[in-house]
Amino acid sequence: MTTPLLAVDSLRKDYPGPRRWLGLGRPRHVVRAVDDVSFSIQPGETLGLVGESGCGKSTVARTILRLVEPTAGSVRFDARDVLALPAGELRALRRRMQIVFQDPYGSLNPRMTVRQTLREPLDIHRLAAGKARDERVADLLREVGLSPELADRYPHELSGGQRQRVGIARALSVEPAFIVCDEPVSALDVSVQAQVLNLLADLRAQRRLTYLFIAHDLAVVRHIADRVAVMYLGRIVEQAPAPALYGGPRHPYTRSLLSAVPVPDPTAKPQRIVLQGDPPSPAHPPSGCPFHPRCPHPAKNDRCRTELPLLRDMGPGHQVACHFAEQPM
Amino acid sequence: MTEPLLRVRDLRTYFVSERGSGTARAADGVSFDVFPGETLGIVGESGCGKSVTSLSILRLVPEPPGHILPGSLIEFEGRNLLTLAPRELRAIRGNRIAMVFQEPLTSLNPVLTVGDQIAEAAVVHQRLSRRAARARAVEMLAQVGIADPGTRVDQYPHELSGGMRQRVMIAMALVCHPQLLIADEPTTALDVTIQAQILELLDRLQTELGMAVMLITHDLGIVAGQADRVAVMYAGQVVECATTKDLFAQPGHPYTEGLLASVPRLDRPRERLHAIPGQVPAATAWPAGCRFHPRCPHAWDRCRAEEPPLLDVALGHTARCWLVAEPARRAGTAP
Repeated sequence: MTTPLLAVDSLRKDYPGPRRWLGLGRPRHVVRAVDDVSFSIQPGETLGLVGESGCGKSTVARTILRLVEPTAGSVRFDARDVLALPAGELRALRRRMQIVFQDPYGSLNPRMTVRQTLREPLDIHRLAAGKARDERVADLLREVGLSPELADRYPHELSGGQRQRVGIARALSVEPAFIVCDEPVSALDVSVQAQVLNLLADLRAQRRLTYLFIAHDLAVVRHIADRVAVMYLGRIVEQAPAPALYGGPRHPYTRSLLSAVPVPDPTAKPQRIVLQGDPPSPAHPPSGCPFHPRCPHPAKNDRCRTELPLLRDMGPGHQVACHFAEQPM
Repeated sequence: MTEPLLRVRDLRTYFVSERGSGTARAADGVSFDVFPGETLGIVGESGCGKSVTSLSILRLVPEPPGHILPGSLIEFEGRNLLTLAPRELRAIRGNRIAMVFQEPLTSLNPVLTVGDQIAEAAVVHQRLSRRAARARAVEMLAQVGIADPGTRVDQYPHELSGGMRQRVMIAMALVCHPQLLIADEPTTALDVTIQAQILELLDRLQTELGMAVMLITHDLGIVAGQADRVAVMYAGQVVECATTKDLFAQPGHPYTEGLLASVPRLDRPRERLHAIPGQVPAATAWPAGCRFHPRCPHAWDRCRAEEPPLLDVALGHTARCWLVAEPARRAGTAP
């Protein structure tokens, strides 16, 4: 096996909960947004990270890029310890790791034209100047399927799909090897979503990119990911190559999640597993298995309430954190 | 054939921009029927006019800047809602026709308990006493599957989860047992496991109460699972209308076809998505001729010059496309 491009090990992120004494005292409790998350991504591979709101998937992304400092754990990129890098080297590393955000409207500066937005990273990293810089901007726009004539527009003059393409062009401008795509198509309409997904797939092939693709939509992730990790309440509960995960999910949460996705086929007979209740708050996680209060598994017993299931190997590259993963549901 | 419960004919809701960027023709000749007890799905992407259509039905479009053009018809139980006096309209709104919105947190009043909000419609329309209203609110909360309704009834919206708030919205809408429920993207803000709960709840309540549902959504998966019939909207108009089965099996309009092919799916082999080229036009400048022609793989001269009407594809299946009149042209061009 080759060295992974990215290796995340036992990552943890605690946020302080609400404070006592009008916000001046000690925090009441910690909110553990990410707990003991480990995974690796091979060069050229796309790992899909899925889960519902508040499961910690975006926090994972931000800690990898050190946009948020983790509480514990390690992140190695290209065999270098990202968390130990001094500021100068971190900046150099950011040339190789980029992020595309969900909301291109919120992540583009409204007072900068597309040209200014795309020039900024080129200037910061001293990648191009003068005429070469202008050509680079035009090339980037063409590469993401936009006309270079759009360079003088402001974000509010663009459609959602065009803005997301600008966000992608900005990430590409520094020629990264690795891009975190944090819900890159969730804010887009279905026909535009297809355009952007196809674009991301084309860029991956042309530039041999490695993606961490974060999304809540399982069908979208299936479309682009080679391997998939499912998160619930800050933890990875199942991780497998995409065909294995979608073809034979083993964790009761993954199974329920997949069964809940509406299928655009009126003749399909849905075998929906409807989970009861809401996901618990990460400030007050349940004891034992974090999923046990909502788990529909028939074998569920006291062990689930007391003992945290760890990820176990269930097949080639397939890991599941469930005491009863072997048993049918 | 039964009479439709709601008839919408040639609905035109326009918005006049303050900055003079022109008139946005958000709903521009929308026609469809909703029959008693059925679920009509209204699908389309942002800006197609689906929400403006639903707001126009209850005359909730802010005027100005919006206005509904004369000549539009919204007939409910035989009366044109557009010509009713405000008093008569109030007797229908929240009583015979109720609505559920996408964002429960912004549509609930943060300073009133959920019980007060649920009971409000019953107090107004059925003149219930305070005690009866509270009992009714508790009963509604239980009906929408909220555990411990006796406690929840006195809580405020911020104390509830997103899924529970949407249940409260549904309880509010259904308290007077409406004949028609308009649900505008009722699950879009929710996670998929919570969405499954809400869809199941809507199914159950519809069967129990025998009401018609107009389900507005951008999600073709939800339509496939919930709707009896579907109206597809594009650029302010209904471009195709059919039973759900027919629409998915034999889409008549190239836009419907493109939309279906651009959805990533769990039930099909992974392959490159079909993307509809270009983007949705602006409501201030709908293209001439067929509004879809700049993005259509089949478009020819006629599509650029002449706007197609809704043409009959089959019994109960219409599409606003010249291909229906000249089907031979479809074979010539690949989608």
